[in-house]
Amino acid sequence: MILERLTAVFVPTHLALAMLIIALFLAFARLLRGPTLPDRVVALDLVSTLAVGMMAAYAVMTNQPVFLDVAILLALIAFLGTVAFALYVGKGRIP
Amino acid sequence: MSGVFSSVLMLLGAAFMLVAAIGVFRMPDLLTRMHASTKAGALGGGLLLLAVAVHFGELGITSRAVAGVAFVILTAPVAAHMIGRAAYLTGVPLWEGTIVDELRERYSTRSRTPNPGTTQD
Repeated sequence: MILERLTAVFVPTHLALAMLIIALFLAFARLLRGPTLPDRVVALDLVSTLAVGMMAAYAVMTNQPVFLDVAILLALIAFLGTVAFALYVGKGRIP
Repeated sequence: MSGVFSSVLMLLGAAFMLVAAIGVFRMPDLLTRMHASTKAGALGGGLLLLAVAVHFGELGITSRAVAGVAFVILTAPVAAHMIGRAAYLTGVPLWEGTIVDELRERYSTRSRTPNPGTTQD
C-alpha cells in the first residue's frame, strides 16, 4: 500500500513539480528580459498557466481535491488579466 | 491501473509545460514565443487537470476538471489572439528571418485600420 502510493503519487508528482519549477524559472527569466511589453505579457501568461499546473500537481500530491477549485479559479483570473493587459498594450505605441 | 494512467498524464503535462517555457525563453521574437507558450502551455495544463480527474476518479471532481480543461482550451487562443493583434498593431519588431507577413499590405500600422481597397474577409 505504502509502496504503491510511493510509486503512483510521490515520484510522479515530485518529478512534475520539479519540471514545472524549472519552467517557472525560464518563464520568469523571459519576464525580466523583455525586451518589449508584449513579451512580458506572454511570459506572465505562461507563469499563470504554470501556476495552474502546479496547483493540479499539488492536489494529487496532498490528496486534497480542493486545490482543483483553486486551479480553475486561477485560470479564470489569469485569462481576465491577460485580456486586460492586451487591451492596455493595444492603446499605446511600444517604445 | 488508474495510478499509472494519472502518473503518465501528469508527467506528460509537465513535460509539455517545460517545452513551452523553453520555447518562450529561446525563441527569437514575440510571435514565435507565443506559438510555443499558447499551444504547448494550454495542452500541458489540460493534461495536468485530466491527471487530477483520473487520480481521484469521483464524479464531482471529474466534472470540475473537465470544465477546467474546456475553459483552458477555450480561453488560451482568445488571449493569444488579443496579445498578438495588439502587439502587431503597435509595431513589435518581427524576427529578421521572417519570410511571410500577409498583414503588412492589408493593415496600416499607424492608424490601426484596414487599408482602403483591401477587404476584411
